[in-house]
This record gives sequence, C-alpha cells and structure tokens, in this order.
Amino acid sequence: MPSLWNKLANRKPPPPVDRGPAPLDDEAPVAPSIPARQEPGSPGWHASALPNIANGPDDLLATAAAAVPRRGWRERLSDSGFARGLSSLFARNPVLSDELLDELEITLLSADVGVNATAELIDDLRRRMHKREFADAAALREALRSRMVALLEPVAQPLDPGGRKPFVLLVVGVNGVGKTTTIGKLARRFQQEKRDVLLAAGDTFRAAAVAQLQEWGGRLGVPVCSQGQGADSASVIFDALQMADAHGKDVMIADTAGRLHTRSGLMDELAKVRRVLGKLDAEAPHEVLMVIDGTTGQNAINQVRQFIDAIGVTGLAVTKLDGTAKGGVVFALAREFALPIRYVGLGERAEDLRTFEARAFLDGLLPASA
Amino acid sequence: MFDNLTQRLSATVQRLTGRGRLTEENIREALREVRVALLEADVALPVVQALIERIKVRAVGQEVLKSLTPGQALIKVVRDELTAVMGTQNASLHLAATPPAVVLMAGLQGAGKTTTVAKLAKHLIDHKKKVMVVSADVYRPAAIEQLHTLAQQVGAGFVPSHVGEKPVAIAKAAVDAARREVADVLIVDTAGRTSIDEAMMAEIKALHEALDPVETLFVVDSMTGQDAANTARHFADALPLTGVILTKVDGDARGGAALSVRYITGRPIKFLGAGEKPDALEPFHPDRMATRILGMGDVLSLIEDVQQKTDADKAAKLAAKVAKGKRFDLNDMKDQLDQMLNMGGLAGLMEKLPGVSSLPDKVKSQVNDKEVQRMIAIIGSMTKKERRHPDLLNGSRRARVARGSGTQPADVNRLLKQYTQMEKMMGKFARGGMKGLMRQMGGAMKGMGGRGMPPR
Ligand SMILES: Nc1nc2c(ncn2[C@@H]2O[C@H](COP(=O)(O)OP(=O)(O)O)[C@@H](O)[C@H]2O)c(=O)[nH]1
Ligand SMILES: Nc1nc2c(ncn2[C@@H]2O[C@H](COP(=O)(O)OP(=O)(O)O)[C@@H](O)[C@H]2O)c(=O)[nH]1
Ligand SMILES: [Mg+2]
Ligand SMILES: [Mg+2]
Repeated sequence: MPSLWNKLANRKPPPPVDRGPAPLDDEAPVAPSIPARQEPGSPGWHASALPNIANGPDDLLATAAAAVPRRGWRERLSDSGFARGLSSLFARNPVLSDELLDELEITLLSADVGVNATAELIDDLRRRMHKREFADAAALREALRSRMVALLEPVAQPLDPGGRKPFVLLVVGVNGVGKTTTIGKLARRFQQEKRDVLLAAGDTFRAAAVAQLQEWGGRLGVPVCSQGQGADSASVIFDALQMADAHGKDVMIADTAGRLHTRSGLMDELAKVRRVLGKLDAEAPHEVLMVIDGTTGQNAINQVRQFIDAIGVTGLAVTKLDGTAKGGVVFALAREFALPIRYVGLGERAEDLRTFEARAFLDGLLPASA
Repeated sequence: MFDNLTQRLSATVQRLTGRGRLTEENIREALREVRVALLEADVALPVVQALIERIKVRAVGQEVLKSLTPGQALIKVVRDELTAVMGTQNASLHLAATPPAVVLMAGLQGAGKTTTVAKLAKHLIDHKKKVMVVSADVYRPAAIEQLHTLAQQVGAGFVPSHVGEKPVAIAKAAVDAARREVADVLIVDTAGRTSIDEAMMAEIKALHEALDPVETLFVVDSMTGQDAANTARHFADALPLTGVILTKVDGDARGGAALSVRYITGRPIKFLGAGEKPDALEPFHPDRMATRILGMGDVLSLIEDVQQKTDADKAAKLAAKVAKGKRFDLNDMKDQLDQMLNMGGLAGLMEKLPGVSSLPDKVKSQVNDKEVQRMIAIIGSMTKKERRHPDLLNGSRRARVARGSGTQPADVNRLLKQYTQMEKMMGKFARGGMKGLMRQMGGAMKGMGGRGMPPR
C-alpha cells in the first residue's frame, strides 16, 4: 500500500524557504563520505583505557554514519542505523535462535524504544518462537512488525480542525523541541486546505520568540497577534481568540514558551491559559498539541505525563526525525498514554511536516521485506 | 517497579545471595540490572556494553565478592567507573591565544547553543573579560535577533550580521571587528544542524577553518536519547571538538547522554546549562553526574544517617504499629517531622537524595525548614483526639487549628493532604521496615520541596 507519506515525500517540494536548494526526494543515493575516524589526540583514558566500541560486536554507530540526507522520509528512516542493522540482519536469513532475538533487542533499544517496551516485544517473540510458531526469520520479523504496528495504529489519528470555528490549537512542550517551527508548518498546511489562520505569539519569555513567529507569519502571509516580550501569555492568547472570532478565522494557533515539565509554576501558567480561553469558548482549546523532540530519550515519558496533568494534552507531534534519531520513544508513549500522534516533523522548512501514519513510520524502522 | 539502581541491585543481590553466595556466575545477573539502569537513563547502548565490560572486570574481583554487603559494593564499583569515564571536573575555557580568542559553538537544532553563548559571555564578563558575540545562524527565523537581545542582557558586544550574508563571511568580519575593538574573546553562534546534513556539516567545517577557534564546544541537550552517541561521533569526526556543554539539566532527565558523549568524543564536559537565564551556567561534577545517571542519590549515606540519628525506639515502635495494621496518625507524622529536623533538616537530607544534588544551588538554598516547623506547629495545635483521629478535622476544627498555629486554613488543608499521602505510603510499605520508612520520608519531602521554587 503506497503510503500518504511517500506520496507527499515524492512530490516535488516547493521552493525552499530557508536553506539552499533541496535535492529532489527521489534523487539517487549519493555515496556518503565517511570521514576517517580521528584518533583522539588527547587525554589518557579515551585512547587506550577503554575498548574501542566502534569495532565492537554491533557497529551501530558506524552504520548510521552512512545515512544520506534529504530524501523521501521513508528512505531517510530506512537508511538509518536502526533499519539498516535490521535489514542486514535479516538479509543473512539467520536461523531462529536466541541470538537473533538478542540482536533485535539491541536494535530496538538503540532506537529509544525503551527497556520495557522492548522487553515486552522481545519476550512475546521468544515465547512464540519456542512454541515453534515461526517457520523462519522472515516470519518472526513479520510477527514483530504486526505487534509494533498494532501498538501505533490506534494512536495514528489525524487532527481535524473542522467543525469548530475558530478551532483553537494550543501548542505546548519543553524547550527547543520545535513548537514554533511546527506552528509555521501547520499554518501552511491549514492554509493549503483553504482555512483562514491566525497565530498568537504566546511565547512572551524567550528572546526574540515573538519575532520568530512573526517571521513565519510574514513568510506565509498569516496574521500574528502579539504584545511583545514580557507580556502576559494568557492575555495574548485570549486577545487572539477574540480577534479570530471577530474576523471569522477558521483556526487560531497559539504558541507558548518552552517549559520543563518539572517547573510546576510554569506548568500552572498553562492551566491559566486554558481557564482564560474557557471564558470565550468553554471547549477551547480544542486541541492541545504537545511537541516531542524526536531525539529525546526516555525522559519524553515524564514530559508527557506532566503536561497531561497540567493542561490535558490531546495530541502529539514528533519533530526532528530527519536526523539520525529514530523517535522510538513513541512506542513507549503509545503504550503508556495512548494519545493520538498527529504529525511528524522532517526538517526545518514549512513543507517538512507529515501526518503520522503507523505503517509508514514502521516501514522506515523495520521494512516489510528486504 | 524499582526506580533506582540501589533498590534494583539490592533486590537482585538479596535474591542471589539467598541462594548462597554471590559468585562470579550469578554476578552476571546483577550486571544485567546495571545494564537496564543505564539504558533507562538513556546511555547509548554501545557505551553501556563497553561500560559493563569494565565493571565486570572489577566486580568479579575480590572487592565485591568478599564484601559483606556485595550489593552496595557493586554499586560503588559502578559509580566509580562511571565517574572515572566522565573525567575530571573541568570548568575552564582555554583562552590562551592571541586575542581575540575565538569560541565556536556547534550542535543540533534546539540544543541550547544561543542561550549558552549568552551564558558563556556572562561568565567571562564576570571574570573581567571583554567579550563579543556574533551569530552565523542565517537560517532559523530571528536567530540573530535572539542573540542580539541576549547580548544586550549580559552586556556583551554584539557584531551585527544579516540573513543574506554567508556564515563564513560573517565569521571573518566578526574576527576583524573583535580585533578592532580589542576584545579578549569572540563567541561565534552557529545554526543547529543534523549530523547527516552534508551541506551544513561542510559549512561548519569551513567556519572552523576560517576561525581557527581555541575552543570548539559541542552543545547537547541532556534529554537526548540513544542518538547522542551517533550525533556526537559525527560532530567529533567533522570538527576537532575541545569540550562539551550539557544543557537543560534543570529538568529530570537522568542524562545518560552525558556519558555517551563524553565516551564517544573523549572531550571533557566543561559546563552544565541549568536554566534559561544567562546566569544558569554551572561547573560539571563527574561524581554528581554519575549519581544522577544511576538515579540513586547518596541513598547509602542517607541510610547510615537515618540509622544513626533516628530515635531507634520510636522508629521500631512505629514500624511495629504499622505492620500490625494500626493506623499511622498525626502523632506519628509529628515524630517523623521532628526526626527530620534532627537529621539536619531538609537541606541536609536534600543533598543526599536522587536528582536533588544536581539542582542549582539557588534552588537548594530556597528550601528551608520553616515549612517543617510550620507543620509541626499545626499538629501541635490539634487536640490529642484529633491527632489520633484525623477524620474528625472538619472545617470549623481546621479553622481553629489554623488560628491556634498562626497559619492559614489552606496550610492546614495542605498538611492534611500530605498526611493522607504519608498514611497511604505507610500502608504500602508496612512490611518494608526501615526501607519503608526511608521511602516515606522521601515522599514527604517531595510534598514540601516542590513549592517555593524561584520564579524565572
Ligand atoms: N531538523 C529539524 N529541525 C527542526 C524541526 N523542527 C524544528 N526544528 C528546529 O529546531 C530548533 C528549535 O525549533 P523552535 O520551533 O524554535 O522550537 P521551540 O523552542 O519549541 O519553539 C530550530 O532551529 C528549528 O529550525 C524538524 O522537524 N527537523
Ligand atoms: N530549562 C532550560 N532551558 C534551556 C537551557 N538552555 C537552553 N534552553 C532553552 O532551550 C530552547 C532552545 O535554546 P536555544 O539557545 O535557542 O537553542 P539553539 O537552537 O541550540 O540555539 C530555548 O527555549 C532556551 O531558553 C537550559 O539549560 N535549561
Ligand atoms: Mg518557540
Ligand atoms: Mg540558536
């Protein structure tokens, strides 16, 4: 089944907004130049005292070095150390053995799937393998795939901003995860769906955060409601909703300052935003979209838990999956919270946003066949 | 189930030694627990494997096997190894160069580079250096303006740059400007980049070549997962890094990335970023970081402390009482609070609890024993009957207690809520003896320390 992501990815990208010309998504793979590993020039312990892990049993780090940038998202993901490790593993058509499971375990752990989620997946496979449920390694892989898809499929729920007017979308998350960028991308997407969008510069704390959102607004021709740095975030967002209402906007997207989930005072501020919005529309915000940095490890679980407590998250977006990180923590998140995953971010440009799709995500990690 | 390595290992070792002695054979099982703990802390798997090898060598040595408390001996070995790998405390920048000494920043998007530039600038200005900063980030919207604002905040010279310029040209012009202004240090901020973006990696190499910096600092988010190893390797391959800065340690991430990056690059971690403001820069302590990664705090010495300083009689009585299914009442709570003060109060305890030691000193200094004293005063204003039967405390009684103790009804409510939590926990750990007590004290602390954080 050709996935939506692939269709999107294979479409010729519009002229890039930020960075130099982007190669076409279907461009032939370029042989990567892997710089020779430098011998560490200095202090003692590193050079000699420790085993050289690059030559260790799993060469995960070295394989990942060979990834190629800027192609279709699926290709990008399947070129990762994670997927490649798996592919070469299965290409050898290994015998069914505990070692095979160990290697699978390593692969899952290296993608941030997490100890618990990994153990659950592998233990299940082991049990079934010992019951002779699988004819060969390929069958075992299929079984793992369907388990992983089954984990993600229920949470692959796209966001529908229709049905409310204005639809109020509040974007939250810890520092630097990509909230503002995701808002730019969303604004572009909604615009293309012929929706009238208004942005609210609710990050009144970080230096030049307002200017950053304004620049996104300027690029896209989307109005931005702001009161500058230091203003009260809740009142900026409140005013924006009033304005969105008055101007018959379809969607209002509110930015917020990044905050670590451990800062209870800052988390309370989010609750205030909800309270204030409730005065205008009892059901606003209609979506609280929490942005997770795809490079984050197991701490993402704490993050989501605290944001759910503080403001009631209704959907997730996972960013920065265009790098070497695999975002495997979404398995742990799906298992623990079952929150809808709405989008993935695959770059810094306005068009680098995709709807989250379970099978497509997994195809990148654990291809169906060699 | 167990949230820290101490509990995990104690349980395993207890189970193992229950079947006999701790041997070379079954130490493997204990090491598996270490592996899990490191993975849960986001240490990259290849690094975990290498570390386990090192730990194994020492663990099968006599020090652990012969120890009367093999679980604790093993923990000590683990922590020592981690500390050793993390290197020495090394908070200094090496700026011995013909001025301006150039510092180049590098890292992924959103890691905290720009914020760290401001922190470093402030740090150097506080040490009487003349500092200038420049942004070569012509990609992220308003990145230059962000640095401009921060430079003004910390009083650093700002070399203007523009989106239309080439980063290398910006860098060269900035060196000229810094020379003209006779600045001691020039810090060059760069755009975030993924390590597989070849064009962008080529760009930062070109920047390095043009600038010939004395310090090339890799900035990494402490919440990073397994990818920290990949990314660090790619950056270290592209650039001769001289140090690492670990940001956002003010959160609750265990920070295994610190170990991964240190191990992969072999470069010292020079500073920690512990907040969004320019003064939130801290020196790096390898032992504290090891402790944090293991998620254990100085639980061992806390246990010793508790054993020495708690009134053993009272503790035993309480344990017996709870074990018999009797209710933990407000008298018991007051005893616990009294003992907490005996042990050096919150500040003394805090130093030893997981994660707390890595909090900024500023935060720590905010915690004091007033809250504990207030709680004791509130309980002191209750009748004997109320202390034994907290359910009696209806609205009017609570109001009376508040008046009597010079507090607000909200304080009384909060105390009762904390009491309810403690009571629940006592039930849970009824058969846990001393350990149950310990955990319960930890929980009570959380209820108190959680507030009173400074506004940012
Ligand atoms: N590579 C990559 N970078 C991203 C992505 N999303 C955001 N970023 C970058 O991450 C950095 C922080 O993003 P920003 O939106 O300012 O984060 P915020 O602090 O959460 O608002 C910026 O440099 C963005 O360009 C993504 O999907 N991929
Ligand atoms: N809590 C906390 N936030 C930080 C820290 N360092 C940076 N940040 C925040 O992380 C986000 C990204 O930082 P920035 O300096 O723009 O990252 P850059 O993209 O690498 O330049 C901003 O919201 C910063 O305020 C830190 O040590 N602690
Ligand atoms: Mg932002
Ligand atoms: Mg920056």
